[in-house]
Amino acid sequence: MGDSVVAAPLGGAFAQDREAQARFDARQRRLLWRKRLLPIIALVGLVLAWWLAVVFFDIQPFIAPSPVAVAATLKAKFPMLMTNLAPTAIEAVLGFLLGNIAATLIATAFVLRRTMEEAFFPIAVMINTIPVVAKAPILVLLLGNGMEPKIAIAALICFFPTLVNMTRGLRNVSQEQLDLMHVLSARSREVFFKLRLQNSLPYLFSALKIAASTAVIGAIVGEWIGSNIGIGALIIQATYNFDSALLYATIVVGSTFSALFFALISLIERRVITWNAGRAA
Amino acid sequence: MTRAMAALALDQETGPTPMPASTPAVDCRNVSIRFTTERGTVTALDGVNVRVPRGGFLSLLGPSGCGKSTLLRLIADLVQPSSGTVAVLGEPPAVARSRREIGFVFQDAALLPWRSVLDNVRLPLEVGGGQAGAGARSAEALIKLVGLAGWEKAYPHELSGGMRQRVAIARALIYGPKLLLMDEPFGALDEITRDRLNEELLQIWAETKTTILFVTHSIYEAAFLGQEVLLLAARPGRVRELVAIDLPSPRRLALRETAPFVDQAARLRRILETC
Repeated sequence: MGDSVVAAPLGGAFAQDREAQARFDARQRRLLWRKRLLPIIALVGLVLAWWLAVVFFDIQPFIAPSPVAVAATLKAKFPMLMTNLAPTAIEAVLGFLLGNIAATLIATAFVLRRTMEEAFFPIAVMINTIPVVAKAPILVLLLGNGMEPKIAIAALICFFPTLVNMTRGLRNVSQEQLDLMHVLSARSREVFFKLRLQNSLPYLFSALKIAASTAVIGAIVGEWIGSNIGIGALIIQATYNFDSALLYATIVVGSTFSALFFALISLIERRVITWNAGRAA
Repeated sequence: MTRAMAALALDQETGPTPMPASTPAVDCRNVSIRFTTERGTVTALDGVNVRVPRGGFLSLLGPSGCGKSTLLRLIADLVQPSSGTVAVLGEPPAVARSRREIGFVFQDAALLPWRSVLDNVRLPLEVGGGQAGAGARSAEALIKLVGLAGWEKAYPHELSGGMRQRVAIARALIYGPKLLLMDEPFGALDEITRDRLNEELLQIWAETKTTILFVTHSIYEAAFLGQEVLLLAARPGRVRELVAIDLPSPRRLALRETAPFVDQAARLRRILETC
C-alpha cells in the first residue's frame, strides 16, 4: 500500500519539509524493526526458559526433552522428517484447494439462488458440528487407507469458514453500489464479477489464512487413523516410543510448514488486494 | 399546489437530437408511489407533477420524509410508480437508462474501493454494453474537469469525502448523460468543501450543458444552485410550490451575501415552514 500513497502528488504530510520527512521515515523504520524483533526476542526468551527449567528441575527426557535435544534430533533425522512431511504437505495443500474451491462455488450458488442456501446451509452447519476425530474414521471407511481420506478431512476442515466468509463477502455489497450498477444497466454477470466477487476477496483471504493452518491440522489428524507415514503417523509413533525429542522435532516441522503456508497466503493476499479498505476494516 | 410547471428563461438546446426541442428532460405526470408495510400503506409520493426543461437545473428541497429522494429514484428507474407516468427525454425511464441518458450521483459516492480513481470513472464504460453517448468525454478530461488531475492512480481510501464525490461526478458524466440526478451528494461534507463543490458544480453544469436535478435539505444550497427550487411537503410527499430563482449567472459564492439572495432564501424558508 505504501507505493500508491507515495505516488499520489499530495501524499506525504511533510512534502514541503525534507528534513521532517526524513525524521518521520526513520521513525517508521525503527517501529517496523521493533515490530519484527519483539516476537523473536520473546521466542528466544521462552526457549531459554524451557531449557533452564529442564536442566534446573532435572526433567527426564521421556517427559520433556531439552531444546538442545530437539535441535539435535532435528539435525540428525532431518531427511526422515522431510520424507514424512511430504505426504502431509501434499494432503494439506490438495485438501486446502479442494475444500476452498468447493466452498467458493457453493457460496456463489447460495448468493445466486437463495433457495439453495435455505436448503443446504443447515446441513453444512450440522456437518461442521461433527468433531474432526469423529469424521476421520468415517472417511477412512469410505475412502480407504491412502491419501484420499486425509485430503478429504483437510478439505472438510477448510470448507466451513470459507463458505461462511465467502457467502458474506459476496452478499455484503452496499445498496448504493447495487443501485449504481442498475443505473449503469449492468447485466447480472457484470454485477457478479465486477462488484460481488471483488467485494468478497478480503473476506475470502481471511478465510484462506485460517484454512492454511487448519488444513495441515486436518491432514495430521487424518494420519492418526491408519497411516504409517506422515507427520501425524510420526507423532503417534514417537509418543508410543516415549521418544519425546522426536515428537517435539516432528511438531516443529509440522508447525513450520503451517507457518510457511500461512505466510504464502498472506503474500498472495498482499499482491491481490492492493487497496487496503478490507484490511483497515 | 400539485401541479408544477418549470419555466426556464433560456431553453438551451444541446446539439443535434432526433427529438423536438420542446421535449422536456423530465416529465412526471400525476405520479404516486405507495409502499405496503406491516403497519399499512405508506404514500411516499402523492400526485406529483414535475417538468424540467432541457439544460435546466432544478433543486428539490423539503423536510425528511417528503419523498425528494424517492422522486429522484423514480426518474432513475430505481423505483416504479404506483400510478401516473414518468418520461425522461420523452421515453420511459428504463429506456432512457439503457440508452445511457441518465447519470446518478449518490450520497455516499458509492465508489468501488478496489478500483483507482481512473478505473472508477471508467466503470460505466465496462458494464451494460459500455457504449457512450454523443456527449462522452475521456476519463482523463473529466478527472481534470472535477479538479482531480494527478490523482488518477489513487484509491478511494486515500481520498477525502469531497474528493470521492468529485470522482462520483466524473463517473456519472463519462458517457455524456443528458440528465444528471444528484441525491444529496454534498450532504456529508463539511461546509467549506460543500461551498467549493457547489461553485464547481455550476461550472460543470455550464460546461456540459446537462440537465441537473439536485436533492438537498439545505435552503442555501438549493437557492444557490437551482434555476428553480421545487419544494416538497411530507406525509404524504407532494409538491408544495415551484419557486423560480431569479439571480444572475454565472453565480459566485459571494452572491449569497447579497440582498436578492437573502430574500430568496427567506422566501424558501417561509414556504418550508408550511411543509
